[in-house]
Amino acid sequence: MNDASNSKPMAQLGLQRLRRLPINATILAPLLALLILFVLSSLASEYFLNARNITNVMRQVSYTGIIAIGMTFVIIAGGIDLSVGSMMALVGVLLLYVVNSIADPIQAVLLGMLAAVVAGSLFGLFNGLLVTRGRMAAFVVTLASMSIFRSLALYFTDAAEVTTRNPFFSNIGGGFFLGLPIPVWAFFGLAIVAHILLFHTPYGRHVCAVGANPQVARYSGIRVERVVLSTFVIAGVCVGIAAIMLSSRLNSVSPSDAGYFYELDAIAAVVIGGTALSGGRGSIWGTVIGALILGIINNMLNLTGVSPYLQGLVKGAVILLAVLLQYRRTG
Amino acid sequence: MSRPILRLGGIGKSFGPVTVLEDIAFDLAPGEVVGILGENGAGKSTLLKIISGVYTPSAGRIILDGQTFSALDPITARRHGVAMIPQEFNLISTLRVYENVFLGQEIRRGGLLDRARMRQRTREVLHSLEVELDPELPIERLSVAERQMVEVARVLVHEARIVILDEPTTVLTDREVAVLFNVVRALVAKGVAVLFISHKLKEVKQLCDRLLILRDGQQIDLCPTGKLSEEDMACKMVGRELSQLFPDKRATPGAAALRVRGLSVPSLLHDIDFTLHCGEVLGLSGLVGSGRTEIAETIMGLRRKSAGEIELNGKPLTIDSPRAAHANGLAYLSEDRQGKGLVLSFNVMQNITALSLPRYVRGLIRHRAERRRAEEYQQRLAIKAARLSDPVQLLSGGNQQKVYLAKLLDIDPEVLILDEPTRGIDINTKQQIYRLIRSLTDQGKAVLIISSELEEIIGLCNRVLVIREGRIAAELDDDKINERDIMLYASGARQRGQAGAEVH
Repeated sequence: MNDASNSKPMAQLGLQRLRRLPINATILAPLLALLILFVLSSLASEYFLNARNITNVMRQVSYTGIIAIGMTFVIIAGGIDLSVGSMMALVGVLLLYVVNSIADPIQAVLLGMLAAVVAGSLFGLFNGLLVTRGRMAAFVVTLASMSIFRSLALYFTDAAEVTTRNPFFSNIGGGFFLGLPIPVWAFFGLAIVAHILLFHTPYGRHVCAVGANPQVARYSGIRVERVVLSTFVIAGVCVGIAAIMLSSRLNSVSPSDAGYFYELDAIAAVVIGGTALSGGRGSIWGTVIGALILGIINNMLNLTGVSPYLQGLVKGAVILLAVLLQYRRTG
Repeated sequence: MSRPILRLGGIGKSFGPVTVLEDIAFDLAPGEVVGILGENGAGKSTLLKIISGVYTPSAGRIILDGQTFSALDPITARRHGVAMIPQEFNLISTLRVYENVFLGQEIRRGGLLDRARMRQRTREVLHSLEVELDPELPIERLSVAERQMVEVARVLVHEARIVILDEPTTVLTDREVAVLFNVVRALVAKGVAVLFISHKLKEVKQLCDRLLILRDGQQIDLCPTGKLSEEDMACKMVGRELSQLFPDKRATPGAAALRVRGLSVPSLLHDIDFTLHCGEVLGLSGLVGSGRTEIAETIMGLRRKSAGEIELNGKPLTIDSPRAAHANGLAYLSEDRQGKGLVLSFNVMQNITALSLPRYVRGLIRHRAERRRAEEYQQRLAIKAARLSDPVQLLSGGNQQKVYLAKLLDIDPEVLILDEPTRGIDINTKQQIYRLIRSLTDQGKAVLIISSELEEIIGLCNRVLVIREGRIAAELDDDKINERDIMLYASGARQRGQAGAEVH
């Protein structure tokens, strides 16, 4: 076998170089799908390539995209988090309470943001502790907390929308930097950080090892429970950031609508991006591409006037297709 | 000889540019046992997979039952009576014995399961195998040997005419092996043809009529077993004269490295006392389930001990996790390479640095340094891998084991605990691993070896502790290490004279 590989040093070298790029076989398929979708969309509607439309799509994508990044960690480590949507509503409500309760407007915004991230990480910790210490399946724990978080958000607000008059708050989610909406910056910035964390630090390696085989991880001296716990905290932090972006864009939070079905969009983005639902391997760029694919599909259906009731069908079909292709590749 | 049931002609197989099998040709007649011998990576598994229809050959033809095929698929192979008993059993542990035996071919009556008949048939078949096993028991309550018998029963029920046994004896005790061989002979008497794969040459000699020897994908020999001695077989497999399998033992162990005092785990280990010296190979022998692995796992902080102290170089250690054990210079090679040792989806580099990763981090992981180190190990241990970035599941068992050893070596441990370090590994790789162990002791490292292969214990160890029912039953030195004494103590047929007298 060695001889075979030695006889082709050039090809080997080229492959190695290709491998250094973040593009590899796993995300090649979603990337191609994204490009094809992009071309199709620009042909299907003259408005699609409109700068304003593209900006809108990207902003729309970034809310679920940020959550999907956190979800990627949870899924690679072998878990799942169904509570992110409800958690987002609850965090958003708490965030606006803090913003409204502090007199100094700038201080209010800063402390509000801090509170959102802290609240998100605590809710993530809650999920993670029940999964690790409580030895319950992640699916069950987060199914329960999904219900709990939504219920609390509704209870605190009496199901009424919470708004703020803070003059600075809307500058976060509604603001621009170098021509791009701030949520989009947050999304891509977070993606870069997450990518580095996953592929260039021991922590990321441990997450993959725990998801691939927790027993081997334990024998290798990896603190399996701590790693699993931390992925839920990361998911919570991401929910906190997404809640800041969305609520400041709208200047309000609706306890019943905010984050509704976001868990499904986030999981869909992760799956379309080629991350294995069984854990052990995956990629952040795949997730980013997955989120963009979902966003563009939504946008195209809107632009071409397809009934909104059919949008769910298309989304479902895309998810099935993505998973089907994954099984072809591995099987 | 009767008409062959299977005839292979010019079978070849390549994966991309890599040729793994070339021009294999042989016949298999009903009532015959053919052994397939070869080192890891010689192409045995590939050949089996072609016969059972998992792989499509790139060249040649298969004549099965008088019909010519260029390739088989699993369903066709099965319909023509090819049945494989894999190394890793394909049983569903939550289902009962008879449910597993008839899985996929359930007997029905009026559309519903005919449980009574399936139970009855299972009982008959097990009885014909001289195994008394309740068909109602769930698989998870069976021993490994019993599970294997269920696999055999499954084959019998489906009236297989070619049975492939892939290293069936690695997980069995001697007595269980004897039972299995009787079963195979009974099958043969009924006219079933058997393909038998094993690394244990003695067994091959006992059981097989003819031998097919493979090396690097080539057919080296096909001849009656009687014509070859065990040495001949080994030579043909390796392709050169085999020098001494075990290196000379090192004479003088150094100072005490690892000292274990009064180690106890409720209902598993009782008052285990021993000292392991620098440059020494100490063997832990005993029957499967005697507590050998538990001793290792307790030392490594994988199990909680109820009492006992562990000292390294005279310093007491508190080890409550494998992490702490690694930090203190202890490393453990588990007997379960795939379940506890390697992350199969990780590549060679990632597996080698799994314990030592912090050494490759300067802010971020230095992937290049990881690769360089992996290349060093690839050379030093002669790891055969097409690419270091390939997942280790693509490597053969022997090469996986080398990667696993490299993983331990990369934290530069002072004490290595090796649990069945050569299980399921060919003789050439075995020899390499023995030489590696010797070179480690030459560097003054201390090695504790757990092994079910007495030959290995006798060939390698300076000293042997025989474990029985969680206690040290005996300690044997140098020339007192022999098969008979070890077995007598291990089985409890002989007891140690004075308790505690042998402790150093």
